Amino acid sequence: MEAMTDIANAIVLLLNFIVVPGLSYGSQLALGALGITLIFGILRFANFAHGDTMAFGTMVTILVTWWLQSKGVSLGPLPTALLALPVGIVFTIAIMVATDKLVYQHYRHHKAVPVTFMIASMGVMFMMNGIVRFIIGPNDQRFLDGERFIVRARDFKASTGLSEGLSIKVSQGLTIVIAVLLVLALFWFLQRTRTGKAMRAYSDNEDLALLSGVNPDRVVLVTWILAAILATIAGTLYGLDKSFKPFTYLQLLLPMFAAAIVGGIGNPIGAILGGYVIAFSEVMVTYAYKKVFVYLLPGSLEPSSLMQLLSTDYKFAVSFIILVLVLLVKPTGILKGKVI
Amino acid sequence: MSSENKTKLAFAIVAGLLLIIGMAQSWSVALGIFNLCLISAVMALGVNMQWGYAGLLNVGIMGFAALGGMAAVLVSQAPVAAAWEAGWAKLLLAAIFFIATVIGTRFCYRKMSPGRHRTISMTAIIIIGLLLTRYWLDPAVASIEAIESAKTGFLGGMGLPIIFSWIFGGFVAAGIAWVIGKVALGLRADYLAIATLGISEIIIAVMKNEDWLTRGVKNVTGLSRPVPYEIDLQSSEWFINLVSWWHSGALSALNEADQAELLKQAVIESSSIFVKLCYSGLFASVLVIVLLLSVKALNSPWGRMMRAIRDNEIAAGAMGKDVTRRHLEIFVIGSAVVGVAGAMLTTLDGQFTPTSYQPLRFTFLIWVMVIVGGSGNNMGSVLGGFLIWVIWIEAEPVGVWLMQFGTSWMDEGNAVRIHLIDNAQHMRLFFMGLVLLLVLRFSPGGILPEVVRKRS
Repeated sequence: MEAMTDIANAIVLLLNFIVVPGLSYGSQLALGALGITLIFGILRFANFAHGDTMAFGTMVTILVTWWLQSKGVSLGPLPTALLALPVGIVFTIAIMVATDKLVYQHYRHHKAVPVTFMIASMGVMFMMNGIVRFIIGPNDQRFLDGERFIVRARDFKASTGLSEGLSIKVSQGLTIVIAVLLVLALFWFLQRTRTGKAMRAYSDNEDLALLSGVNPDRVVLVTWILAAILATIAGTLYGLDKSFKPFTYLQLLLPMFAAAIVGGIGNPIGAILGGYVIAFSEVMVTYAYKKVFVYLLPGSLEPSSLMQLLSTDYKFAVSFIILVLVLLVKPTGILKGKVI
Repeated sequence: MSSENKTKLAFAIVAGLLLIIGMAQSWSVALGIFNLCLISAVMALGVNMQWGYAGLLNVGIMGFAALGGMAAVLVSQAPVAAAWEAGWAKLLLAAIFFIATVIGTRFCYRKMSPGRHRTISMTAIIIIGLLLTRYWLDPAVASIEAIESAKTGFLGGMGLPIIFSWIFGGFVAAGIAWVIGKVALGLRADYLAIATLGISEIIIAVMKNEDWLTRGVKNVTGLSRPVPYEIDLQSSEWFINLVSWWHSGALSALNEADQAELLKQAVIESSSIFVKLCYSGLFASVLVIVLLLSVKALNSPWGRMMRAIRDNEIAAGAMGKDVTRRHLEIFVIGSAVVGVAGAMLTTLDGQFTPTSYQPLRFTFLIWVMVIVGGSGNNMGSVLGGFLIWVIWIEAEPVGVWLMQFGTSWMDEGNAVRIHLIDNAQHMRLFFMGLVLLLVLRFSPGGILPEVVRKRS
């Protein structure tokens, strides 16, 4: 019986500190990486402005949330930000489409090399970053309201009698549910609708798609719209889960790129897989396993150190070590991506 | 306009801007900006070698600049004898195990035939090697960091004059660039960009966390200087004589008491300007040396080969040029130049703060300099370094001033007005992006485009 409780405690520890955070962070990364991978597949460049697009969409959502909160609107247990999200998405779509018309379209018509697009996206990144910091400031903003937890550690301990607690935040639960729904919708769109099929054809072989009558402008427009939706939702979920700070969103660019490439860039399923691979490795490599071993091993074998592979500060480094390894060993990513 | 006249005109405009700043704000501010312009120009030259000559997209500039900064610490700080004593043996063992791991992995990779056996043995070597390394490194780190952690808590440096770090910084950056280049240069342009971006973040993460080496986020302050201190100048006779000679016109018109007062004021002001001028002299010499070498290299057969590789790798390869080696070569040289600039920057700051390295400022801003100045043109990079740095610094006061002017019709206490004025400084990011996009669109070669010599 004693042994059973120890094992249960160890499992709860892992669930609480690895599985739940890994799943929610992974979902956020996956949504971001999907946007990057879509743009890479259709427009064929690595979009450095994606992190700041997320920040922009989240910023609009936050502003609308604050306005709603000041009017006394609330969703009860759910965060008010969900009501504000559509407005954020609309604004982000508008700014993405405008950017495409003002910046990228010119290079597309002149058949510029991908590197030019990429440098242009750095310019867009600067401008977006400036706008976001100008409007909402560079500081941390919190906008979560409603219920905080689905499962509280204290309640969990009381009902199971274990000494380790499991807590699941509303934001984590929401992230996972919304991510699943969104991904299902996206795949339905890409597989079943005419426009989705046109997009996949365009991504696969541009010339052949054009010959078959695919309208390139429409494909590009829909890509930006999808990327804007994904970015805003991913950004808002991340902001609800942790907090919103423009600089953090710029830094998110790195693990998102890593997720897209590790999974196989241009491949949507790969982006999702990559998101979870990156998130789980970040969490697992930086978690201190001492307590788990204390539960599982007999007293004489208890480890003296923290049993932590890398200190938490190396979180971002982990994603890149994986990225570099994948690029070296299997440059197409885990699932075969587009071109190398 | 001929390209030579255009160059002259462009630099005249930048000089004019600096003069205006000097007269409108103060000469000390203008000189401070000028010094950072010089450093930026060196950095931009390094990036231009990689991108402009060879078409390598290195988005990891921040990492190399930080390596240069670290070199400044490692060269100039006095060694901490107690820490060395406590940790050297274990540290040495850790290093031996680490090197053995690398060599063992390489050996496996080279000598065994590809397949499951190789993968398994390589993984085993890496895991066992790293565990052994950690086994010795962890206690070494603990004992080093335990020694006076509030004051030192790291190994210290070599205790040499800091100016040597400019050379050492170049070598450190070159060494790391060699390793990175070996690993990442085979990648396609956009993958290389993302990989270098990530590697630079890893470098910064290491500096923030390996306290035994860099003191981490505890920072290293009070680095020694290659130039005199203001306080020493203010008490040295020759300097006071120099200042009184310079101001002799103004001084002779006053009575004795006022004279002494004015002289004291002038000495304090001039001492800070004098120190900045000393830095300018040092930085300008480095810039001139790097620029001369770059111009020479770009016009040599080697430079032509680089451009040939950049314009058509396959053709250059078919002509017998070793593309991979040349890429590695230019990647190392360019990174070394960035490392030198990074060491100069830390020297000027007098402190090493790993948290201050942010990609927008240290990577992307340098890219804006290279693209706006003119990639492939050395003078263009120098111009970009100067112009963009001036805009970057001056966008803040100008932005605030514009906001104040634009909102002057609102109430003093209007919340919107206060917000606009408070946040106006962030508009400089916006302006940077705008400048980059405008140049990229309407003058893709930059302000001073690459000069293509036509065969007559």
